Amino acid sequence: MLLIHCPYCEEARPELEFRHAGEAHIARPAGIAEISDEAFEAYFFIRDNTKGIVFERWRHIHGCGRFFNAARHSVSDRFVVTYRAGEPKPELSGEQVAAAAPGGKATPANAAAGVNGKAAR
Amino acid sequence: MRRFSGFALAREAMREHKGWGRQWESPEPRSQYDVVIVGAGGHGLATAYYLAAEHGITNVAVLDKGWLGGGNTGRNTTIIRSNYLYDESAAIYDHAVRLWEGLSQALNYNVMFSQRGVMMLAHNVHDVQVLKRHVHANRLNGVDNEWLDPAAARAFCPPLNISKAARYPVVGAALQRRGGVARHDAVAWGYARAASARGVHIIQNCEVTGIHRGPDGAVTGVETTRGAIRARKVGVVAAGHSSVVMAMAGLRMPLESFPLQALVSEPVKPCFPCVVMSNTVHAYISQSDKGELVIGAGTDQYTSYSQTGGLHIISHTLDAICEMFPMFTRMKMLRSWGGIVDVTPDRSPILAKTPVKGLYVNCGWGTGGFKATPGSGHVFAHTIARDDPHPINAPFTLERFRTGRLIDEAAAAAVAH
Repeated sequence: MLLIHCPYCEEARPELEFRHAGEAHIARPAGIAEISDEAFEAYFFIRDNTKGIVFERWRHIHGCGRFFNAARHSVSDRFVVTYRAGEPKPELSGEQVAAAAPGGKATPANAAAGVNGKAAR
Repeated sequence: MRRFSGFALAREAMREHKGWGRQWESPEPRSQYDVVIVGAGGHGLATAYYLAAEHGITNVAVLDKGWLGGGNTGRNTTIIRSNYLYDESAAIYDHAVRLWEGLSQALNYNVMFSQRGVMMLAHNVHDVQVLKRHVHANRLNGVDNEWLDPAAARAFCPPLNISKAARYPVVGAALQRRGGVARHDAVAWGYARAASARGVHIIQNCEVTGIHRGPDGAVTGVETTRGAIRARKVGVVAAGHSSVVMAMAGLRMPLESFPLQALVSEPVKPCFPCVVMSNTVHAYISQSDKGELVIGAGTDQYTSYSQTGGLHIISHTLDAICEMFPMFTRMKMLRSWGGIVDVTPDRSPILAKTPVKGLYVNCGWGTGGFKATPGSGHVFAHTIARDDPHPINAPFTLERFRTGRLIDEAAAAAVAH
């Protein structure tokens, strides 16, 4: 079971409190009735499904109820960082990615803010 | 390779079984093949076998980054059935069941196919309606399926708890008697042996790292950890890694990969005569010929390539098993494991040509690909050999996510996704 840091509650909580909500940073096209079939397919069905760092949405359904985003390594399942909805996709350093990869020496996600701490992000 | 027969068995019994030899060759890769198959699981090996056996194309290589049958072929719960709702699905899965019925003879290899019946339980009014709809739809498609009341369900599977006091009481069941199980490893080994005997090269520990394309965009071969291999036709049968391999040709896929777990108990004497599945409480169970209970759990909610999943997923499944079969409450579980399944938006597979000339894809089997192994390989071989899909896999295109012609088994599949 994953341990997930909610950027709103600023607390690491067990996965059972959360609902995975798919790939992040997919913008719904404006004027969706007018877009081509190809554009709709790309928006609605096509997914990166990356082996490596994935950006994904989670919802703290049994907590604050809010959506947020996370960067996670899809082979080790280690989180690199979680961040609030609406914030831009973070630039991850090589060290961060290496630490989250299998065999890497990862510290818990959002360690800088303190896993259970209340420090400002 | 020596043919298996009663006579051969008797002779080898006299010689302490020292004369069987290797079941398939492990050749060095050639620099060029007519067809390269990426992925030596059941589907990939079956494709190679039917290319050789039915289409006369024997200059074929099956490449795998690990060992053959080491992915989902060796990790599934071996259930075989064809009671799918839609016409397209019923056609392809029943095509597979018909091939399963003659497979041990065709391959001269005992895949231990056992049509012991697959029973799906209904626990509420919705289940009853859905399963009865399946029964009727299946019968119209010539697929056997019948409705049982709780007493008949218990008669078919005596360990089943049909008490009305159960948390989710059994109110009926749909039974496909032609469904059953097969020995998963034997399927991979049988296809590998039969394909190798026809000249197919099975090359293990050979990871594909790139797909080469010519100036016109057509496939010209693959790059591997054992060097470049030229081929004008490449079939990708990479299951959970389909997105990764297809990305090498610049294609983005309508796929997400999830961990799916299974587990087995300690082996016990024969006590469980069939396969039982329950959508609502989410569990499926059968007993292997070795005596272990084989139990399938659900997928984790997040995408992953980790080949492992959360303990709470299998714990939840065991809660359901104990509820349905109280006699198993003190059984010990021996092993659990995970595989990575590639799931499409409509929960139906993709067996098709791609926008890249010479590149073919067989993927998206999600949580239930094992049962389709022979049918999948058979029609995919046809697609590659003729450069044109077989009528059975013609609806399972990659383009359906653009045209909207989905085969929406999402709500119709046996277990909740």
